[in-house]
Amino acid sequence: MSVAVPGEDIHASLSDVTRVYPGVAGTPAVHALGPVDLKLKRGEFFAVVGPSGCGKTTLLEVLAGLQQATAGTVTFEGRPIAGKVPDGIGVVFQEDASFPWLTVWDNAAFGLRRNGVDPAKIRRRVDDALAFMGLTDFARAYPAQLSGGMRQRVCISRTLVLQPRLILLDEPFGALDAQTRLLMGDEVLRLWRRTGATILLITHALDEAAMLSDRIGAMSARPGRFMEIVATGWPRERDSKIVSDAGFGEITGRLWDNLRGESMKSLGHSGVAAG
Amino acid sequence: MIATNRAADTVIILIVLLLAWQALHQIVGATALPSPVPTLAYLAKLVPSERFAENAWATLVCFFYALILSYGIGLAIGVWMGVHRLSGAVGEPILISLYTLPKVTLYPVVLLIFGLSLSGRVTFGAMHGVLPVALLTMSAIRNIPPVYLKSARTLHLSRWQTILTVLFPATLPEVVVGLRIGFTLTLLGVLLAEMFAAKQGLGFLIINAMQLLQTEEMVAVAVVLFAFAAVANALLLWIEHRLHRRV
Repeated sequence: MSVAVPGEDIHASLSDVTRVYPGVAGTPAVHALGPVDLKLKRGEFFAVVGPSGCGKTTLLEVLAGLQQATAGTVTFEGRPIAGKVPDGIGVVFQEDASFPWLTVWDNAAFGLRRNGVDPAKIRRRVDDALAFMGLTDFARAYPAQLSGGMRQRVCISRTLVLQPRLILLDEPFGALDAQTRLLMGDEVLRLWRRTGATILLITHALDEAAMLSDRIGAMSARPGRFMEIVATGWPRERDSKIVSDAGFGEITGRLWDNLRGESMKSLGHSGVAAG
Repeated sequence: MIATNRAADTVIILIVLLLAWQALHQIVGATALPSPVPTLAYLAKLVPSERFAENAWATLVCFFYALILSYGIGLAIGVWMGVHRLSGAVGEPILISLYTLPKVTLYPVVLLIFGLSLSGRVTFGAMHGVLPVALLTMSAIRNIPPVYLKSARTLHLSRWQTILTVLFPATLPEVVVGLRIGFTLTLLGVLLAEMFAAKQGLGFLIINAMQLLQTEEMVAVAVVLFAFAAVANALLLWIEHRLHRRV
């Protein structure tokens, strides 16, 4: 992928997007998201942080084409997204989505096989993706024999072999311990540099967002809106050691200023507490 | 290693059963329970006989039809209730109460409908097997993690590819549990039907032998049925374990 000029090449965008879940059987409708505007630049690493239940996952699923926006337009590579996941978008979910009845290798090959890709090409791409994710030795293992972090890497491999140009990560490390998360963060950075893909990461961890991203969108409590978008200014070559950089604390501090009141709202406190 | 342990376990269980049988025989006496050795000697003579073959065949045919009905209807109901939320919500409590109901109480109704025919015995057998198959199939479908369906969409699978390559393997382990329980209960239903109202079949042989005080025949047939059920159950359990090891 050629080096894009930052700020000019829009890869995916949401304009004035809202999502309202209609009420079911007497319950009121839930306004989950928006209106939200977001322009993802080609090749950037963008993180979305926000309190739980703020519509982060809804944002991701609308962008992926898994959910329809109630209002507004969503585009990917200049074309509107409507009703189906476009080619070129890969998604990794929070929950373990590896298929327990398939080996690691077959899990990784799953999407390619169903889409009628030439077997030699499948073999090359799967071997390559497993090697990249450090799973070569476990190719014949079943997911039940692997740790949570390794299973999530299986899911990333399964997405990677489809060579997505936009990768959406929905709190993929939410279920992992803090140390594993730091290391998985390094792997995602490696993956981002190598594939040249645009990445949108949903997370509730401020440090994770601050360490990985070019820009971070801080979202309000439901209905989720962007309160501020923070640019980190990190170099493209970076890893988890950045957490000891002086600028790191500044960024997480700024995010927390934005999110503290919103998180309290989502905990049920009214207004912003003093402090 | 595990296989040899299993074999050893089986041998130990058999020895314990034989010892318990002998002990019970000492307590209750030969008029109720003959001792193992003469019974097994009788069994060796009974099994090759034509009378046994005819009755065993009758039971097997009846069981075969009942099993097909149990599985066919059970899977159909289970899939329908698993996919269609409202049907499941309405149907589940009904099926569970039917499951706990002693179905023997309904046998007179079945008899009055079908008479002493094969259809009556098949119906009664299927009545026992349908419910666990339906309930476990329904629960298997409901327990599919939603993220599997989302993954199928992000991997660009068609509807049929999703059903065949995601939903089917995802539900298989739990469905097989239902099929195994359905197998055992269908056999129970068929034998009960033969015991109460039939002129053929292994269930009939047992009751007939009891009435003629031929306790060796009575227990010998029971041993055959025990062996059949144990082997079939072991086979289905083996399939189940193979599927579950991956889950």
